[in-house]
Amino acid sequence: MSMRFVDEFREPELITRTADEIRRLADPDRQYRFMEVCGGHTHSIYRFGLKDLLPANIDLVHGPGCPVCVLPMGRIDDGLSIGEQPATAFTAFGDMMRVPGTRGTPLEFKARGMDVRIVYSPADALRLAQKHPSTHVMFFAIGFETTAPSTAITLMRARSLGLKNFSVFSNHVTIIPAIRAILDSPDMRIDGFIGPGHVSTVIGCRPYEWIAKNENKPIVVAGFEPLDILQSILMLLRQLRAGESKVENQYKRVVPWDGNRAALKAMAEVFELRPYFEWRGLGFISQSALRIREAWAAWDAERIFPVPGVRVTDPKAAQCGEVLKGVLKPAQCKLFGKECTPERPVGALMVSNEGSCAAYYHYEHRKTYQNQAALTQVSAV
Amino acid sequence: MCLAIPGKILETTGQDSNDDMHLAVVDVMGVRRKVDLSLLIDDLPVAGDWVLIHVGFAMSKISQEQAQDTLRILDTLGESDAAFEEVQGYGLGEAPS
Repeated sequence: MSMRFVDEFREPELITRTADEIRRLADPDRQYRFMEVCGGHTHSIYRFGLKDLLPANIDLVHGPGCPVCVLPMGRIDDGLSIGEQPATAFTAFGDMMRVPGTRGTPLEFKARGMDVRIVYSPADALRLAQKHPSTHVMFFAIGFETTAPSTAITLMRARSLGLKNFSVFSNHVTIIPAIRAILDSPDMRIDGFIGPGHVSTVIGCRPYEWIAKNENKPIVVAGFEPLDILQSILMLLRQLRAGESKVENQYKRVVPWDGNRAALKAMAEVFELRPYFEWRGLGFISQSALRIREAWAAWDAERIFPVPGVRVTDPKAAQCGEVLKGVLKPAQCKLFGKECTPERPVGALMVSNEGSCAAYYHYEHRKTYQNQAALTQVSAV
Repeated sequence: MCLAIPGKILETTGQDSNDDMHLAVVDVMGVRRKVDLSLLIDDLPVAGDWVLIHVGFAMSKISQEQAQDTLRILDTLGESDAAFEEVQGYGLGEAPS
């Protein structure tokens, strides 16, 4: 068993014991496919080489939980065209700055003279608006339920301050409909889910109950440490072995079963579900995204500005949808590492560090490449 | 963006009379920052408590042990620099030191 990063683990014996127990419990005559929903888990799995600790018949499939990755290119175009309005500043988290729209990335627009600023919190975008009353500050909001409550609180503040030069372009999405879309797709082959950690601090564990009850798939909400992820896989195996499917919480030390009520309340007050929203790689999913309620219309960039409603279809050759559903591994996509790299992403999953293709590229692909380079050197000697 | 960074509450500034804002001065990775506590209104943390911070807002109360584990994992994930940059970037205002 390769133990690439085992020295970095905090509790190496516990890791080894858990990995052994997984090996013992996994039925050698069947194949297991578990999806980790959250991009943070994907990153951890690759960084720590956790696949090397699992038997070959357990496959980890990387899910849709990377908000930058699933954002359709047309929304970036729309946001940038708002930023092109006179006396308007485009603000967004740093992750967005290198994400290409059809006319370039926000950073490239900045180089061409647009007012583009990185913020680390929606509250900072609001503060910019307070500081520069003659500039309209638009915040390009992305993220799942982890981030949406902060945007909601910020909008509440904008209203109570009566700010007239601040707005939000909401691209917030919700995790449950994406899981449903994956389960509904005909080529879906998932045996269980590693549930998202930080999204669940907000929504809690109850929203996953239908997965267990109606779809008969186990789901375990997990923390981000190697041991957390391995324990979650073990919990999934135990359920499958016992013929059960239930929601379990491995990340109890952070995730309350009922979530964060204040955060849910803020979200519900400011946002409502859109009838449908497009996801890169997954297509249109009904009731899967949040728009700003009418009561906050004065701070809704989509209502204040003309939004072109650009639609851009991903290149046919990119097989992001198949990778998202676990039908293909990142490296099995025809474009992987050739036309599509983290420097020049073609498909959604190569865009962010937390996208499965980018994570695979950074850790696995490079490792293979370095091994090959080392071998070439050895043979040259 | 999906980072959650632990911080220790140094003092809570209470409710700002102007804008209904619950703020706290927090030590995050050795930097003093103001962080918004509005999402923890049902169980407001006090000085000495640890919280997980996401995009400038405290998301949940955690134990000191959990905070240290999270800092360590940020480090091994190679995300300490990104986290530090995020913390530095919180422009809610540098707290007086």
